Amino acid sequence: MQEHSPTRAPEKGERAARGSGSAKLPACSAAIPASTLARGAGTLARSAAAGTAVKCEVPGLLAARGDEAGRHGSVFQLLTDLKEQRKESGKNKHSSGQQNLNTITYETLKYISKTPCRHQSPEIVREFLTAMKSHKLTKAEKLQLLNHRPVTAVEIQLMVEESEERLTEEQIEALLHTVTSILPAGPEAEQKKNTNSDVAMDEEDPA
Amino acid sequence: MDSESRPQPRKTERLCAVREPPAQTGMFVLVEMVDTVRIPPWQFERKLNDSIAEELNKKLANKVVYNVGLCICLFDITKLEDAYVFPGDGASHTKVHFRYVVFHPFLDEILIGKIKGCSPEGVHVSLGFFDDILIPPESLQQPAKFDEAEQVWVWEYETEEGAHDLYMDTGEEIRFRVVDESFVDTSPTGPSSADATTSSEELPKKEAPYTLVGSISEPGLGLLSWWTSN
Repeated sequence: MQEHSPTRAPEKGERAARGSGSAKLPACSAAIPASTLARGAGTLARSAAAGTAVKCEVPGLLAARGDEAGRHGSVFQLLTDLKEQRKESGKNKHSSGQQNLNTITYETLKYISKTPCRHQSPEIVREFLTAMKSHKLTKAEKLQLLNHRPVTAVEIQLMVEESEERLTEEQIEALLHTVTSILPAGPEAEQKKNTNSDVAMDEEDPA
Repeated sequence: MDSESRPQPRKTERLCAVREPPAQTGMFVLVEMVDTVRIPPWQFERKLNDSIAEELNKKLANKVVYNVGLCICLFDITKLEDAYVFPGDGASHTKVHFRYVVFHPFLDEILIGKIKGCSPEGVHVSLGFFDDILIPPESLQQPAKFDEAEQVWVWEYETEEGAHDLYMDTGEEIRFRVVDESFVDTSPTGPSSADATTSSEELPKKEAPYTLVGSISEPGLGLLSWWTSN
């Protein structure tokens, strides 16, 4: 502050100096209004539609569509790729922040590897969906068939709503045949190769 | 059991925004989210995408987001906005639009899990990565009774020969239908008034932020061993 300036000339010089000083700060001052936006946590971001998709290097995956993620197979792929990548990078695997990711990745991989989905590939999924077109099932039903690979009529009845009205016995058999022939068997299904759908139906008590 | 490696209980996370309600399409759904990620200066040499992916996973993996589900891992980054540096903080702040894989089964979905244990409240089921699933007594195959001695639920299955007792033992695989879900906001509340809580009650009841209610009262549901050829 120039309370006492000896002459006016230095005053001008100081103002000029201040001018150049403030020129060094444009990034920060421009950022200040943005900070109020960024720190407004809890407000819904009404930004425009996403521009070019920046694919993160973490998952090496199929086309990203909402329904595809519902399939355990693609999640299995994602998590396996993630695990591979993290093994290579190595260093900060055990830092406390990464522990959560390690835990959830390990557990989810363990869960999915016990289901029939682990051997699925995008081609198998596409083939399955094409074969399913004639049966007129909803997306949720097709997804469940894909994830669980039912082998008995009882399981089909669980996953398909109103199956007694929508599907005749032959259609159910055809559906079972399509499912078991296109989708690869899971690790447990190989033990139960001799499951007879008739025996399962005898045990049912129609409620 | 590897519960030692897992931090318990999971906390709910507050995010900047969840852009759209996730479509109900299966056990795992993709949720679009927006958040601002802070990258400290000592990580500037790394590629921005890698740092952001790591920060997002650190923040969200294995955590429950209120009314969304259990976050598993990052799917992809859809948009990166400009990064800003704020006065007084050397770190860069980037607004990121991304998609996250979230565990959120839809209503009536069939799932297969393992029995964790039984209690008078019902049968507790676990999926390994998600534990808080309960099948209440009224949703078991009827008639069912609770065996106090062995602490296990039993399905008294009637045939012409007589009643078979089918035990729901721990560790058995069980197929169930999701009939309900509930989210509880477990974020810390402010200090309560002095007269409400006594000093002896220091630990409030630990509630799970996300619980599922299942049912096995249909043919085909219940222990997998019940429905395979005997």
